[in-house]
Amino acid sequence: MALLLIKRFGYLLLTMLVVSFLVFLLLELSPGSVADKVLGPYSTTEQRQLWLEANGYLEPFFSRYLDWLGRFVTGDFGESTRFKVPVSEILWPRLGNTAILGLTAMAVIVPLSLLLGVLAGMREGSRLDRSISIVSILTTSVPEFASAVFLTVIFVFWLGWLPGTSGMINGFDAKQLILPVLVLVLYDFGYVTRMTRASMAEVMTTPYIRTAILKGLPYQRVITQHALRNALIAPFTVIMLQFNWLLSGVIVVEFTFAYKGFGALLLEASLNDDIFLIEAAAMVAVFVAVVTQTLSDIGYTYLNPRIRFG
Amino acid sequence: MTENATQLPDRPRLALWRALKSFGLLRESPVGMIGAGIAAFWILVALIAPFAAPFSPTELILPFAEPLSEAPGGGRFWFGTDNLGRDILSRIMWGARTVLILAPIATFGAFIVGISMGVAAGYWRGWLDEVLSFVSNVILSFPVLVLYIIIIATIGASAVNIVVAVTFASAPGIMRIVRGLVLDLRNRSYVAAAQTRGESSLFIMLVEILPNARGPIIVDAMLRLGYVTITIAVLGFLGLGLPPPSPDWGSMINQARPMMIAFPYMAIFPAAAISSLVLGFNLLADGLREISLKD
Repeated sequence: MALLLIKRFGYLLLTMLVVSFLVFLLLELSPGSVADKVLGPYSTTEQRQLWLEANGYLEPFFSRYLDWLGRFVTGDFGESTRFKVPVSEILWPRLGNTAILGLTAMAVIVPLSLLLGVLAGMREGSRLDRSISIVSILTTSVPEFASAVFLTVIFVFWLGWLPGTSGMINGFDAKQLILPVLVLVLYDFGYVTRMTRASMAEVMTTPYIRTAILKGLPYQRVITQHALRNALIAPFTVIMLQFNWLLSGVIVVEFTFAYKGFGALLLEASLNDDIFLIEAAAMVAVFVAVVTQTLSDIGYTYLNPRIRFG
Repeated sequence: MTENATQLPDRPRLALWRALKSFGLLRESPVGMIGAGIAAFWILVALIAPFAAPFSPTELILPFAEPLSEAPGGGRFWFGTDNLGRDILSRIMWGARTVLILAPIATFGAFIVGISMGVAAGYWRGWLDEVLSFVSNVILSFPVLVLYIIIIATIGASAVNIVVAVTFASAPGIMRIVRGLVLDLRNRSYVAAAQTRGESSLFIMLVEILPNARGPIIVDAMLRLGYVTITIAVLGFLGLGLPPPSPDWGSMINQARPMMIAFPYMAIFPAAAISSLVLGFNLLADGLREISLKD
């Protein structure tokens, strides 16, 4: 187990290193365009040249990359050109807001889709199974921004139950969290449900379940004590991978509902060529994604006795 | 005996017949048929948009006309007009053209790159496989929309760049699937037979392995077509898509957003259009998977 942890951790570091290189390559390959983006289109050639000199952009590409990486690891992300403050000053609070949104969504998605998936997979081909499958295809086919439109029209304009934006201007308001969470849940629960269903359906066809039923155990006990243990291993991985997806989903949802989170920040940065903010936000997003991926791999090994003892 | 032999169709005709038969098989899946029907409807709309659209998609006629209201010069705004006075129905019909041209091209590009990478990695294995798999894993560890935003922020928003971004972001996932299939297929006896015959690696990959991997690839292609359709619309919605005034469902919704309280129809119609098209692709993918499992 210790060896596995070290291996996975090393792989995580290597991945982050390559990711950082990729991000740097994409955004800072040409110093000229960096100066253009930082100083704006109205800066003179002379100003750009001075700025490039002052900030070490005349160095060769690799030495610039190493410098950048060194500052990045110590938490110095540079200054945002749009907000005129250090990137870290706005990035962390925004990330906290997104964590609230994302974790609330996950707190709904996980129990809901596990329940539906297990119910559907228990009796493959039953009417309940088919209805759940159709509902999950329907909801995953509606993109987040489209379902945001439909839900806003129904709950905000028609019924007048919920606020249409989630800016949280007067402090935290749980009511403003409902629509963004609902949109994320609607789009995502179908996928996790289908994966859980597939895993459950597979377990239900195994000989040990047949034996348990045939030896006369109550059906409920067969499900809760025999089937679920194996059926929930695969969904665990799927759920952990949803964090990666959620980081995409929040961009659309936060933009739609003007929620002050990390996704909206990344979008705003990219629409305004705020290059250091894009870099920092992208790296943080990938870091969260890679860490959840690693946890998922470790957890899968831990949960699955065939691998744990194998 | 000789009569029988002459009746056997030659290889290309056999392949064509098989392809037709697998589309015929779709009849066995009602879900797949519905999906094919929806997709066909939108393809038809896209094809006939230049003749059938009641107005030009960019002409400024009469702002904020309600749905079903009469147009000044005769005709009717079935879906109303937007804040600039453009007919929403015509924009949706032309928008179908935008997305149905862009999404298949982008998906096709991603599959060309992904299949080449996957077949090469799975067939040759070794260091090439290690490198390609690692690079794919790195790209796949990006939250997909974050990757799109970085790429578009770097190379700018245009139709070609959207195809490039989709190819870059989707090829690794396709590679992973194809590689898995090839790793299995390369151990089959007909591959060994071809190797013994002295066929080139390229011949074996393209003629012996790839055709036998087509089932899962086709299902995945349908699913991905749905994702790419969503992606193109999302980029338009976020303001990273095609530059205005080209009719694009995502940017139509984005422009309608601030006025949604008073004019919800401006956002509802394009939202329904994109949802139904993606639903069509997803149902089609589900139907195809059902059939491929039966085989």
